[in-house]
Amino acid sequence: MSSLLRREWQVALRAKGAIINPVAFLLLSTTLFVIAAPDTVSSDAAAGILWTLVLLTQLLALDAMYRRDFDSGVLEQTLVSAQVPFVAVLTRIFMQWLSTGFIMVAVGPVLGILLGLPAEATPAIALAMLLGTPALSLLGSIGASVTVGFSRGGVILALLVMPLFLPTLIFGAGLVAAAEAGSSVMPQVYALSLISLVALAIAPFATLAGLKISLEMQ
Amino acid sequence: MLSASLKRLWHKLGSPRWFFALTESWVKVAGWSALVLLVWGTIWGLGFAPADYQQGNSFRIMYVHVPAAMLAQSLYIGMGVAGFIGLVWRMKLTDVAISACLPLGMVITALALFSGSVWGRPTWGSWWEWDGRTVSTLVLFFLYVGIYALREAIADQELRARASALIAMVGTINIPIIKYSVEWWNTLHQPASFGLTQKPAMPSEMWLPLLVMVLGFYAFAGFIVLVRMRTEILNREMGARWVRDWVQVRSER
Amino acid sequence: MLTLEELVCERDGRELFAPVSIDVRAGDYVELTGANGAGKSTLLRTLAGLHSRYSGAFDSVDCLFQGHRLGLDGLLTPLENFAWFLGFEGRDADRERFLDALQRTGVLNKAYQPCSEMSAGQQRRVAMARWLLSSRSLWLLDEPLTALDASAQQVMAKIIVEHCQAGGAVVCATHSELPVAQKRLLKLEATQRTPDGSVHSGYRDFAKVQDE
Repeated sequence: MSSLLRREWQVALRAKGAIINPVAFLLLSTTLFVIAAPDTVSSDAAAGILWTLVLLTQLLALDAMYRRDFDSGVLEQTLVSAQVPFVAVLTRIFMQWLSTGFIMVAVGPVLGILLGLPAEATPAIALAMLLGTPALSLLGSIGASVTVGFSRGGVILALLVMPLFLPTLIFGAGLVAAAEAGSSVMPQVYALSLISLVALAIAPFATLAGLKISLEMQ
Repeated sequence: MLSASLKRLWHKLGSPRWFFALTESWVKVAGWSALVLLVWGTIWGLGFAPADYQQGNSFRIMYVHVPAAMLAQSLYIGMGVAGFIGLVWRMKLTDVAISACLPLGMVITALALFSGSVWGRPTWGSWWEWDGRTVSTLVLFFLYVGIYALREAIADQELRARASALIAMVGTINIPIIKYSVEWWNTLHQPASFGLTQKPAMPSEMWLPLLVMVLGFYAFAGFIVLVRMRTEILNREMGARWVRDWVQVRSER
Repeated sequence: MLTLEELVCERDGRELFAPVSIDVRAGDYVELTGANGAGKSTLLRTLAGLHSRYSGAFDSVDCLFQGHRLGLDGLLTPLENFAWFLGFEGRDADRERFLDALQRTGVLNKAYQPCSEMSAGQQRRVAMARWLLSSRSLWLLDEPLTALDASAQQVMAKIIVEHCQAGGAVVCATHSELPVAQKRLLKLEATQRTPDGSVHSGYRDFAKVQDE
């Protein structure tokens, strides 16, 4: 397990673009939104826009989740040589979340400010990101595992994965909106946590199955 | 004793040839009952059921919309169950079932969306309302499209089957979660409107035709799915002896 | 070490070749030949556990698999790749051993460079060095000679012979023969359908062919 984490860490340090590019995309798309529809800043729509943009960014990052290892043969080696391939999958999902999801705990609030959300909502945004992004990485991993072998897999990935993202979107945006309005965020906290837990229960197995299918297509 | 014969039945169900022979009569039953039920339900619902005091006659589109929405969801869950059976018991017929349910499911979901829209127009004055049921049905449509796109992208039959089964299962597990979260969202964002989701106390003259229509829709789906499955079986088992014999017997008639 | 019982790989519902039954024991070097598309890669991938569509059975010990794709992370150096790989076998990184292996295959000077900065041949040599470090006794190699020059091919042949003499076994799919003296040739013939619908397929097992 530690050798797996070590490799992920080494790769992350050397391919910083994988972490920075999604964030840049997020800021860029926020800018587009604000320029195109300035009235949405500070409006009731801001929380929803924030979450939608975060979601779309996750989608972009998911496309590359397994691609490098798939193309290089590393994935193949993992499935052949690992005593417990399940652990390797979990490690990959964890690192994906760390680099694209967990980072939203910091970036999300910044985006909130940009979209005119009140500063008091900042902790709520961070909490929503913390509880909601694991589900995105986990469920997204399922779609990524099945589409990694496709040449234009990105669109199919989006089609497969966006319906699964919907509950997290609803409760994530709901949490921020509730914090803005001053009401309790506990229902959304429970819901987001539950969704992430269900995702944790099904995603690693489904991902492993998906990876096996994709490797067999090679 | 019972478990042994049940096991035999289970194994037999996995055999295309046996399934084909078994369903020969089922198709006729399903087709005729669908015809009878749908005609009966349509005439009853459109013609004879009492008009709703609030909506007048436009509510009658419910006799198409509600069965379609129910069927759309059932077909997807059917695909998920078939996928599960296929992955666990390695039955190839389950992929035939999935390929049969998929296009029908997409059409029925589109019908549900369209009829919902038609229902909404005279009731609320707009062609489209983002209420809970509509959003759920729309998401269901996307779930179907996802599997469709996936199947188009994989050439190998067995890998396609495994991938479809996997995604159908994942989707099925998520359906209750999606429905619940959309309902929650709906109660927040839509003030209490006369919802398609509400089940007002309907007099039996109103919901009996609905029941007939629902049964008719399901019988129709059964008919279509069986016909498609049988065609697909003939297609896949083209080289087999029994298929050649069957075609020969048929053409001699 | 590896036993195949009436094993036939399938693709698109078709059987690729005739059922293969073979017993590979310690010290065996089996060369898998056949025309393109005969199913050599598919057979190896099946034995490695990557391909699940087959009928028949096989039984094998844990293997080392070398596919068309090298299985090296381009962003990592050979040493880092080795450390990651040996993690699967539950062994610690041992820099001395790593460097020795790289020296053996002639790429010691690349030890600290990311693999993406090397040529195809150099990367293959790194992959070869990895074989030396693995503790797995069964090697499944798919076209390992690709992109290797003559001297590297000689080194590979030596490595394979040493591995077999030390009690390991190697199954190697290749177009060109390896200069290994004692080998067992397994030739796969692709299943063919003749116009009238009949099927012709086969494989030939030449036990212990001796090279002059």
